[in-house]
Amino acid sequence: MAVNTAPAPPSLPQSISSELEVRIRKRFSNPEGSFHLNVHFRALAGFTILFGASGAGKTTLLDCIAGLTDPDDGRIAVGGEYLYDWEKKQNVAAWKRRIGYVHQDLALFPHMTAGENVAYGLRAFSAAERQTRSREILEVFRIGHLRDRRPAQISGGERQRVALARALVTEPRALLLDEPLAALDRPTKSSLVDDLRRWNQQHRVPILFVTHNGEEVFALGDEVIVLDAGRIVAQGRPHEVMRAPRLETVAQLSGFENIFNTTVLALHEDRGTMTCQLGDGKVELETPLVRAEVGSRLRVGVRAGDLLLATKKPQGLSARNVLPGTIQRLEQKDVIISAMVDCGGTEFEVHLTLAARDALQLGSGKSVWVVVKTHSCHLMGA
Amino acid sequence: MNWEAFWLTVRLAAIVSALLIVIGIPIAYWLTYSRWRWKFLVEAAVALPIVLPPTVLGFYVLVALGSRSPLGRWWESLTGHTLAFTFEGLVIGSLLYSLPFAVQPFAASFGAVDTSLLRASASLGHSPLQTFWRIVLPLSKAGLVTGFALSFAHTLGEFGVVLIVGGNIPGITRTISIDIYDQVQTANYSSANQTALVLLVISFVVLSIVYGLHRRAWAVGPWR
Repeated sequence: MAVNTAPAPPSLPQSISSELEVRIRKRFSNPEGSFHLNVHFRALAGFTILFGASGAGKTTLLDCIAGLTDPDDGRIAVGGEYLYDWEKKQNVAAWKRRIGYVHQDLALFPHMTAGENVAYGLRAFSAAERQTRSREILEVFRIGHLRDRRPAQISGGERQRVALARALVTEPRALLLDEPLAALDRPTKSSLVDDLRRWNQQHRVPILFVTHNGEEVFALGDEVIVLDAGRIVAQGRPHEVMRAPRLETVAQLSGFENIFNTTVLALHEDRGTMTCQLGDGKVELETPLVRAEVGSRLRVGVRAGDLLLATKKPQGLSARNVLPGTIQRLEQKDVIISAMVDCGGTEFEVHLTLAARDALQLGSGKSVWVVVKTHSCHLMGA
Repeated sequence: MNWEAFWLTVRLAAIVSALLIVIGIPIAYWLTYSRWRWKFLVEAAVALPIVLPPTVLGFYVLVALGSRSPLGRWWESLTGHTLAFTFEGLVIGSLLYSLPFAVQPFAASFGAVDTSLLRASASLGHSPLQTFWRIVLPLSKAGLVTGFALSFAHTLGEFGVVLIVGGNIPGITRTISIDIYDQVQTANYSSANQTALVLLVISFVVLSIVYGLHRRAWAVGPWR
């Protein structure tokens, strides 16, 4: 009796086969001039955040991967298949790449209903199959009830869901999301992110997610790539890249309002700290210990929201740095008060609430104490 | 009122504007999306009938249709008679004469379709032609109607090309505008006035449709 001994086709984990590899160069222009996009990275299944200021080349990069613009040279592969290879003169047309792309402007087709928009990418399937699949994905994104409405008749958050559903229903080999959440309020954003996560747990494709919002980096990222003027300046897990930025561009982008030059005065290896001199002034700061020598010059970043102000010299605090200073000016930004405080020649930006300003009767010229926790000081190479 | 001339003219205008939909869409498509560096030369050639005296256009069409040209000879060997001074000859002359009035609104409306929609369509697996068919054409309905209406109205009122290419054969090539000319020549003013009025009213109605379609609220179409 014949026994079928042929092994079942090996079911490779998707995470291996769906890797996205990009190594390209491309000249691009933004309002500040002309740049060279020059990047090399791999993105595994899951979220990879592309982080950078506007004009850093993020959209140009995504357009190259989607096939909507051609790189100058290099190659792009997804799941081991080359989509673009300059050396072999290979360039798969955008519409044959099976790369999902959701742009910030969504680009829903105005003459089609939400259901028709979603079914649009299912050209290869029978009408019945198109129906079933688009119904399913509309349910996953909780917009089943909008199926017969035109894009003009639904809200911004709902349009965002339709655009995502439309891209995902085609089961793309990789997903490019160019700030798809930028226009949403926070609750809508987080529920959409949850839906997106749930979808990706089943499908496991590389998702490149563009943002210049630091919060989204932490909320979504398995991996973050920081792009500046066309180059990758940092790459790694979000907390490594964002919490202890070794690069100033990252620091500015991730919200360090205070960035100073410092000189290391003393190392306290037993306590895990060191003493640094701020700028040329007399102010000293205790910071976490990093690999440095006495006399090395470093940069230190401190978030304005991590600083405290006191009108009397505080006693019995765990914070190691209490610096005397004078308020130079106060500015109101939305519901935040930004106080500029001069401490012996170094100006700190401190963020306060409106209530704190009123309770402490703060105003320019007032003498205050700036409290800086050691671990709020983030050191980076100069 | 010469009803024979009237219906002949309407038939000519309907055939020409219908054919211009078929011919004009590919030309407008090419003009909209081509990146050929000499494209402007084609654009200028297509627009030529707008500024050219109809007699000049008519003259060259007559030469091209005559039995000395390859086209004329080919047609003669096929049908046994020349194209000049026939209804078919009128159709060909009018196609050229009204071409820009169809192609320009078509191309303008194709070009007005948001490119982000075309990019989205490509990312969703549709070839440029499929995208054209399912996104660009449906969103260009107003432009298509405009091009049809303008070429219809323009053909309705043509005179110079018709006279040169078609002559003035009742029932075959005598159109309303030539009929009006004849009546004025024979001092038959009241009949000329009647016919002229009909032409005026039709032209006004057609242009009203065109401008109505382009009201803001109807940017995509009145059915929205």
